[in-house]
Amino acid sequence: MIEFKNVSLTYPNGHQGLKNVNLEINQGEMIVVVGLSGAGKSTLIRSMNQLVKPTEGELLIDGKNSLKFNERELREMRTDIGMIFQSYNLVRRMSVLRNVLSGALGRTNTLRSILGLFKKEDKQLALASLDRVGIAEKAYSRADQLSGGQQQRVSIARALTQKTKVFLADEPVASLDPPTSHIVMKDLRRINREDNITMIVNLHFIDMAMEYADRIIGMRSGEVVFDGPASEVTEKTFEDIYGRPIKEDDMLSEDAGAEANDTHGEDLDTKGETASSEEADSK
Amino acid sequence: MNPASKPGNFPLIPRRSKINILSVLAVVALLYIIAAYVTNAAPDRVINGLPQIFNFVFGNLIPPNWSYYDTVAGSLLETWNIALLATTLSVFFCLPIAFLSASNINTSSILYNIVRFAMNVLRTIPDLVLAVIFVGLVGIGAMAGIYALFFFSVGILAKLISETIESIDPDPLEAIRSTGGNTLQVIWYGVMPQILPHYISYSLYVLEINVRASVVLGFVGAGGVGLILNQQLNFFNYGNVSMIILMTFVVVTLIDVVSIRLRERIV
Ligand SMILES: Nc1ncnc2c1ncn2[C@@H]1O[C@H](COP(=O)(O)OP(=O)(O)OP(=O)(O)O)[C@@H](O)[C@H]1O
Ligand SMILES: [Mg+2]
Repeated sequence: MIEFKNVSLTYPNGHQGLKNVNLEINQGEMIVVVGLSGAGKSTLIRSMNQLVKPTEGELLIDGKNSLKFNERELREMRTDIGMIFQSYNLVRRMSVLRNVLSGALGRTNTLRSILGLFKKEDKQLALASLDRVGIAEKAYSRADQLSGGQQQRVSIARALTQKTKVFLADEPVASLDPPTSHIVMKDLRRINREDNITMIVNLHFIDMAMEYADRIIGMRSGEVVFDGPASEVTEKTFEDIYGRPIKEDDMLSEDAGAEANDTHGEDLDTKGETASSEEADSK
Repeated sequence: MNPASKPGNFPLIPRRSKINILSVLAVVALLYIIAAYVTNAAPDRVINGLPQIFNFVFGNLIPPNWSYYDTVAGSLLETWNIALLATTLSVFFCLPIAFLSASNINTSSILYNIVRFAMNVLRTIPDLVLAVIFVGLVGIGAMAGIYALFFFSVGILAKLISETIESIDPDPLEAIRSTGGNTLQVIWYGVMPQILPHYISYSLYVLEINVRASVVLGFVGAGGVGLILNQQLNFFNYGNVSMIILMTFVVVTLIDVVSIRLRERIV
């Protein structure tokens, strides 16, 4: 469980990224964070694994105040939190498999990891994770030879290999086209349902947020201005969060979901997509 | 001033930059005149010296003493070994220093500045001076050459590689840090794959530099082909001298060509 108690964050330049945030995030939730650009969505997500460190308040992770952690405790805490980035953040010149295995670094000792001596079960888990997102056959390709959607799924496999309880995803689909965005979001939701992994995802398209979230957190200039189940969210809620009427740009597209199904066959015909398209069909 | 608002003709280069360019040119010309004056390099002296050079080349240097071949080969091998050993050792030793002098990896500004300063000082010492120092410390011979070139190359490589490290993509490092990896793991999995082609290329480049430097270092007693070149010059054995020059030229060119080809294929 992750608990924000009066958390504020002031950046070194004096800008207030978070203002008195109070949140309680339970194991297995699927949360989407929305808000205009600059609202503090990334700041909120990145403070959970302290890529940025809040300056005030308490951030409890499984009951312990993570803001008091020393270097070693911080690394240990991070091994339990997987992260997915907008720009995938893979090492481009490294193979897909090595990228995925880097998720296991936190529990591999330094010497073994430098020699590349990962445990057998970690290697198996890496390959199984790639298989779950449907790109096992790319294991030995160089990361930069993959399409954007495939690279994002490599980074999901990396987070899976980390064996974490929480995934943080900062605009995971912002660099992808609509059909691929849905494939990736469906992968994330499937992992949330199957593994009971908490998902905290930043999205800026309203329709996407509504489609995949169980709970929506709305942010505006560093403050949490909405927090509730997706079922209670209406267009009015978004207008309140954004502080302005909804525009066409706030939507991905009406028939994006349908497009996603169409492209499965031709675009990237792999197992993961078949699984996700089945899911899409059944709904 | 907006050129579009000016009537009729307007200059392509603003007046201020014209004056700047002219004054720079004037200073450069002055430096040339001073240099020629101080070194007595008057044009007539340069031209009158030419026949002397011609006589020396065709009277003394040609023909080379072909039978001197084995001695030269042995010394060239020593030169190559000095360069190879010094380069290999420096390729490993420069890494920790390069990481300590890369601001995106070493966040301790005190340590960063100390290492940077030490490296800047090291790089101001010319290889020849390093060789003289080590000949004094460990005596005449190849060992002095290896020491001198080792420190010389660490200086160059640490600089080149720390700059490469500072220009890498920081995103993958953040990703590895976020999995709970420690600094060494971040370096090994995030930085090394990104700098590897440059690292190999710079190492080959330094090997090229070291082969040429090690030829010269022999003059001050640091082993290799320079040592016998110096001896033969002192004995006026110009046939041997030209044989040394010829073979050194062939070998150095060969090493350069191979190394440049390899580097082209890497990056
Ligand atoms: N390192 C930093 N230093 C100073 N200010 C920052 C820093 N990072 C972010 N900010 C500021 O904090 C505010 C919130 O930024 P944040 O990146 O969290 O917004 P966001 O909601 O993720 O926006 P976007 O949708 O554009 O990604 C912005 O005004 C931003 O300019
Ligand atoms: Mg953001």
